Amino acid sequence: MDYVPALARWLHFMAGVMWIGLLYYFNFVQVAALKAATADGTAAGITKHVAPRALLYFRWAAVVTWLAGAALLGNQFVNAFTLRGGMAGIGIGAWLGTIMLINVWALIWPNQQKILGLKPATDEEKNKARRVAFLASRTNVALSIPMLFFMAGGWSHRAIFGL
Amino acid sequence: MKNPLDSLWGTVISGLILTVILYFVVKSILS
Repeated sequence: MDYVPALARWLHFMAGVMWIGLLYYFNFVQVAALKAATADGTAAGITKHVAPRALLYFRWAAVVTWLAGAALLGNQFVNAFTLRGGMAGIGIGAWLGTIMLINVWALIWPNQQKILGLKPATDEEKNKARRVAFLASRTNVALSIPMLFFMAGGWSHRAIFGL
Repeated sequence: MKNPLDSLWGTVISGLILTVILYFVVKSILS
């Protein structure tokens, strides 16, 4: 059983890098690139060939990251989510990651399906979907900053909290 | 007022402010 935390941590890191890496790609690269590509009529290259693939790895990496994180918490899972037993730091990180996962599956992905034409939608619905998906994605970028702070420092770097 | 999430800098600064707030929340729980 000692192998489980080590393998879970490894998987948590790999999937987490893919998830947050693609989140940063969407926000730091694709939003601006799509604006420029729409202006010169080349947006289809991104919306047809890049975005659907990126979203596939993005949403499933989010699930794998969460599950591996839950496995890593092990019998401390409840203590983390109730911020007890000295687990408040990683617990806040776990809560932020959970909110981000919900954002991916409840807001970003269903709205991206409308935007990319994978689900039927009127122009008005597409415009609304664009705004909701954009704000949910930007919210996840903002939440990723404290999430990574608590993921990296909440478990072992107790000195940060003066302990 | 403009939504800070409309700009990348606004998003990053929002995240940093949230980090500071949550840091003090966690510190008070752990102390």
